[in-house]
Amino acid sequence: MEYHSARTAEEAIELLTETGMDTRALAGGTDLLAQIRSGRVRPQRVVDLKKIPEFHSIEESESGFQIGASVSGAEIGEHPSLRAHWPGLVEAAELIGSTQIQGRASLGGNVCNASPAADTVPALIAASAICSVIGPGGRREVPVEEIVTGPGQTSLKLGEIVAHFRLSRRLKNSGDAYLRLIPRSEMDIAVVGAGVALTLDEDDLCVACRVGLGAVAPTALLVSEASNALLGRAVNDASLADLEEAARAAARPIDDKRGTRDYRIRVAGVLARRAATLAMKRARGLDK
Amino acid sequence: MRHIRATVDGEATEFLCDEGSTLLDALRDSLQKTGTKEGCGTGDCGACSVIFDGRLVCACLVLAAEAEGATVETVEGISKEGVLHPLQRHFLEDAALQCGICTPGFLVAAKNLLERNVDPSEEEVRFWLAGNLCRCTGYDKIIRAVLNTAAELRGESS
Ligand SMILES: Cc1cc2nc3c(=O)[nH]c(=O)nc-3n(C[C@H](O)[C@H](O)[C@H](O)COP(=O)(O)OP(=O)(O)OC[C@H]3O[C@@H](n4cnc5c(N)ncnc54)[C@H](O)[C@@H]3O)c2cc1C
Ligand code: FES
Ligand code: FES
Repeated sequence: MEYHSARTAEEAIELLTETGMDTRALAGGTDLLAQIRSGRVRPQRVVDLKKIPEFHSIEESESGFQIGASVSGAEIGEHPSLRAHWPGLVEAAELIGSTQIQGRASLGGNVCNASPAADTVPALIAASAICSVIGPGGRREVPVEEIVTGPGQTSLKLGEIVAHFRLSRRLKNSGDAYLRLIPRSEMDIAVVGAGVALTLDEDDLCVACRVGLGAVAPTALLVSEASNALLGRAVNDASLADLEEAARAAARPIDDKRGTRDYRIRVAGVLARRAATLAMKRARGLDK
Repeated sequence: MRHIRATVDGEATEFLCDEGSTLLDALRDSLQKTGTKEGCGTGDCGACSVIFDGRLVCACLVLAAEAEGATVETVEGISKEGVLHPLQRHFLEDAALQCGICTPGFLVAAKNLLERNVDPSEEEVRFWLAGNLCRCTGYDKIIRAVLNTAAELRGESS
């Protein structure tokens, strides 16, 4: 196996596009190196993205945030402004693995590894994150929910990589939250994950809402039926019950050792409701 | 084979590695720094914990080739001139080890925590060390050794 550390995106794309060669992008390696070791993948060349400036920095501007695809969970957690604007996304990033894994695990790797249970994907979906994808054909912008197409599968073409994720600033009276259930308190894979971002108006009615669900389908889901349950309404027991129902209806999970299908469907409703309640409190400024 | 130059435990170090081999392999096999242990090789146990450019990581999930120009701190740099670090002393005094396989990882991870926060709560210590597995001690003594070290470093009696 060849190892290359790319200095520029152009260099990385060229190295990844070599025909007739199994090439892989490398960010934190917390998925890829475990897969190489187990023999599940056998790349002939890995291209390290971490030294490319766009990939390893977080930029804040008037229009929002640009989070480099290989920035680690630890760095995301240490960014006070990102924490203030998108606490739910930061929580999701910080839930990945242990302190050791946090030192390396990136958003780009979490999304592009395409696990149905990846923690940051529902939170990124809720936050309307846009991926800046670069490749041999230039740069294109892709909503995060369009990257993953199935377990281990993405819509990225040969040589394409995610350079950064773009988020708006937090709008007035807005909040986001991500909650997951795992069988123990640390170091496990989500049974269900739920991300919600919402905005309230002056009359406390919900005027914008996005709900993302993880681990209940082959890919994380953007559940518009669940957001529709809140839109134009006050966030109260009645509207939250409708959201819970819609989240349950959207879930089509599998049975496995972490939970049965029925259990996951129920938990999807409960977590979506709790995440929406927390997002609402944040939107009202009652909870950071 | 690739020629790597890095700073390991404070010393400028050079070694040769296979491009597919891990930093853990390089430390143990090329540099004979066998203090860093391999428990799982998949990031789950923390026995291979090292500080890589200031961050706590699993050496089994880092390629050796990534270490070019990097600073790596292992358990072997923790004691200075034959004097144990307070954490090492407390691990002994508080009987925080039995077989010892997990101990290097716990020491590296706990030292990194105490450098960031010399007054962690028990809960913070437990969360910080959640990626370090021990099959012998039951954790309580490890947590106590870390908290006692923190108290000593703050100048409180312990
Ligand atoms: C002990 C342990 C615990 C874990 N716990 C969790 C958890 O709680 N929740 C969770 O969601 N995950 C968990 N994971 C999985 C993993 O840590 C995350 O998915 C992590 O975010 C992957 O990021 P990375 O930077 O390490 O990716 P890498 O391993 O470097 O890459 C993963 C995949 O994405 C591709 N890739 C990486 N970056 C890009 C890019 N910019 N563009 C295109 N493709 C790219 C790679 O080619 C590879 O196929 C855990 C892993 C371990 C070992
Ligand atoms: S050997 Fe690296 S985490 Fe177990
Ligand atoms: S002392 Fe044996 S594994 Fe911890």
